[in-house]
Amino acid sequence: MHVEKQRPAGSALMHFLYLIFIDPFVQMAQAPDLLAQTLWEGLVSGMLYALIALGFVLIFKASGVFNFAQGIMVVFAALTLVGLYEAGVPAFLALALAIVVMFILAFVVERSVLRPLVGQPDIILFMATFGITYFLIGFGEIVFGGDPKVMITAPLYLPKGAITYHTLGGMVQLQKIDIAAAVIASLMVAGLAIFFSRTRIGRALRAVADSHEAALSVGISLEQIWVIVWFAAGLVALVTGIFWGARSDVSFALEVIALKALPVLILGGFTSIPGAIVGGLIIGLGEKIVEFYWGPLVGGGTDAWFAYVIALLFLLFRPQGLFGERIIERI
Amino acid sequence: MRAPGGPDARIGDVLLSVENVSLSFGGVKAISDVSLDIRKGEIRAIIGPNGAGKTSMLNVINGFYTPQRGRITFRGQTRSKMRPHEAAEGGIARTFQNVALFRGMSALDNIMAGRTLKMHKNLFWQLLRWGPAMAEEVAHRREVEEIIDFLKIQDIRRVPVGRLPYGLQKRVELGRALAMEPDLLLLDEPMAGMNLEEKEDMSRYILDANEHFGTTIALIEHDMGVVMDLSDRVVVLDHGIKIADGTPAEVKNDQAVIDAYLGVAH
Amino acid sequence: MLYRETGQFKTTYQSDSAIFPILQDRIGLAVILAVAFIAIPATRNDFIINAVMTPFLIFALASIGLNILTGYTGLLSLGTGAFMGVGAYACYKLTTIFPQVNILVWVVASGFFSAAVGVLFGLPSLRIKGFYLAIATLAAQFFLEWCFIRVPWLYNYNVSGAIEVPQRELFGIIVTGPRATSETRYYIVLTLVVVLTWLASNLVHGRIGRMWMAVRDMDLAAELMGIRLLPTKLLAFAVSSFYCGVAGALMVFLWYGGAEASVFGINQSFTILFMVIIGGLGSMIGSFMGAALIFILPILLRFVPESLGLPLQSATVEQLSFMIVGAMIIVILIVEPAGLARLWQITKQKLRVWPFPY
Repeated sequence: MHVEKQRPAGSALMHFLYLIFIDPFVQMAQAPDLLAQTLWEGLVSGMLYALIALGFVLIFKASGVFNFAQGIMVVFAALTLVGLYEAGVPAFLALALAIVVMFILAFVVERSVLRPLVGQPDIILFMATFGITYFLIGFGEIVFGGDPKVMITAPLYLPKGAITYHTLGGMVQLQKIDIAAAVIASLMVAGLAIFFSRTRIGRALRAVADSHEAALSVGISLEQIWVIVWFAAGLVALVTGIFWGARSDVSFALEVIALKALPVLILGGFTSIPGAIVGGLIIGLGEKIVEFYWGPLVGGGTDAWFAYVIALLFLLFRPQGLFGERIIERI
Repeated sequence: MRAPGGPDARIGDVLLSVENVSLSFGGVKAISDVSLDIRKGEIRAIIGPNGAGKTSMLNVINGFYTPQRGRITFRGQTRSKMRPHEAAEGGIARTFQNVALFRGMSALDNIMAGRTLKMHKNLFWQLLRWGPAMAEEVAHRREVEEIIDFLKIQDIRRVPVGRLPYGLQKRVELGRALAMEPDLLLLDEPMAGMNLEEKEDMSRYILDANEHFGTTIALIEHDMGVVMDLSDRVVVLDHGIKIADGTPAEVKNDQAVIDAYLGVAH
Repeated sequence: MLYRETGQFKTTYQSDSAIFPILQDRIGLAVILAVAFIAIPATRNDFIINAVMTPFLIFALASIGLNILTGYTGLLSLGTGAFMGVGAYACYKLTTIFPQVNILVWVVASGFFSAAVGVLFGLPSLRIKGFYLAIATLAAQFFLEWCFIRVPWLYNYNVSGAIEVPQRELFGIIVTGPRATSETRYYIVLTLVVVLTWLASNLVHGRIGRMWMAVRDMDLAAELMGIRLLPTKLLAFAVSSFYCGVAGALMVFLWYGGAEASVFGINQSFTILFMVIIGGLGSMIGSFMGAALIFILPILLRFVPESLGLPLQSATVEQLSFMIVGAMIIVILIVEPAGLARLWQITKQKLRVWPFPY
């Protein structure tokens, strides 16, 4: 009698545990092609998070500024490119002009935001980048209009279509543009690594990252360095914007997605380029897998918060991130 | 050098003792196996060249650093480490080498903040700021005004401390520490960066605090003249090791101390 | 000339510790209150009352909430919108489950729900600060926003996914729902905002306010003075979220009349944060100034060019206000990081010694 009564509750719990802990893995094993597809999608979006995070890291390393506007710079760069093309500028000229615009942006930011605020607490500079964010949103929409735009790919000779593999008992589709993005992103990261380690400016950048005062005292111009890193971050933003725009529309709605680079930084650390990449891939993979296999249990949409909750857990239990060193506070 | 003849009536039993304390950061040893005691009512100086581990010792005493080895006995209670709030609740107050005031608050609020532990009216009364909460606020304000008078900073009460000159900031910081009515006051280079006149003023305040309020004081100072004049006993650290301990006169003539300061090869 | 304190001697510490020690300030406050309580409702202008004053007061309340956390305690939060949402949804659930209870009780009670959620998400603040904490509060923002959409129980399984404010009466007068008059709603909002502002102002001027500011300015020194960091920070999270929660409940129940999750999105968080930065971090009066400036800016952009014969499209108005607010943030941080409140203080100081320079 007693046992009879408890059974339904017990089996409901068992079923629930089954849904959480066993069923997703059964699904993975039964349809490996879907798993492979999900992993690929995760890697691709992770790469884009990593690219945004890379922009953050460049600026943070060289100026100690936590640039909240990096995500908006991605959208702004892509919007400039598409906007110019739609206004009748040839594709590669539009690309060149977009690069020039990113340089002007770097220059203006240095002159009107960084220079007047030099020496202020980090948090003030952080808040100033909120101002940059909002200014760029308003400015971009006034100049290029608020409607979502379609990224130009064919005129830039970027590949279209997909490669389909019939394998794993089904099929896996890889978009060619994603492969192109992966190749170009890798080249860019390699280029940056060489730039930092082999060139005079790169070494100066690292000196500035270690100590502003020390860099000044050996004759490195902070103003120039800042323009250079903001410009580099702008270039990274442009590349990110092109590939991201190719996957969805180009509009400031991307801003919310771009914010996911912030949890990536918590995982990877604020100063490490490899950290940004690894963190981006982990977040990208994690949120796609969780959404695909566990999302339906809670009604879906988990990718809206998954990255942040992971970051929150890191902040609670390992605030220094995956690779970071513990900072000893001294007084 | 005070009280040249015989033991001083001010000085009582051991208030705090540190035994065989070692502290290191990563591979760097900041303090190795140092023992020292502080007696009730005395002014105890900790001196030594830069990097000798003086500030680290104060940080161990008030619980900011946790030593790897050793024991701390405070008011008869022995423990392996102090926690910051235990130190504060036990009556240890502190000033800092680089002034650590609450820069956005007025001098008055800074010193009032020193009374935090002594104020108890709960959130409900705080929300009303009336009745018991107001009575408490006024009572503590009266105490704080006495400290303000004592330190002669009446005219800067309402000024945010971030805008005060350095010398005055140091004075406000002393006031904030005194507001805690501490039994033991740790002063980390209270006269660093001061001119002669300011140093004399600060010495006066330290002596007065010691005499009038009976506060035990441990201070780090580089100005040897000040140390010799103010302190009852001096402990000398060098590279994290205690090399001498005694009255100012004893320490001044100690060969190890002279070597440490003049840089004789070990 | 009129603004002089000469001759006003304080004979007790109590009068010197008053929040408005100068007579003229007290008179000014009384005039403002009189205008708010008598003159504005007397205009019987629905636009002013319902579209300007009521939302302004609600935003000011939310700004006070965020200011307690960010301005006084130095903990940057990007989750304000979500905490407001918790208040709104809690109030909605409470009043639909217990319809007979006075709605104002639920508006205030919803603040406690928000406070509890705020404390939960404030736990990481023990170990992290600055932009790390800002990112942690983003977790609150996105997770709670997701709950508002994906947990249908919160909006009583409405097909629209939105909450609709039911009609509630207070002493026989309709106070919520479409049939409530603007004046009634305005009076309720005004009264609550005045009382809550008074309480917050008391709090920040006393022991607890000093503890918060001590943690903000130099947390290590605060700790070595016996201020326990975690309880102090969590109390700031609780009080701050309480204010935001009440503001959220007021926003839906006495202004919008209904809302969906997007009202409590990240942009709401930013709007409130900008009000606090522009108005003045760590200032009560600044919360009002910031709320007024940012809320009224789009209204001005809409009506001023229109009256000059150059009507702007509503999209352009929005874009322009984004640009202006963005630029204003930067300018304020450069010129006077303490915001409009500090400029106001400087003006008062100048008035006090006028016509002499100092």
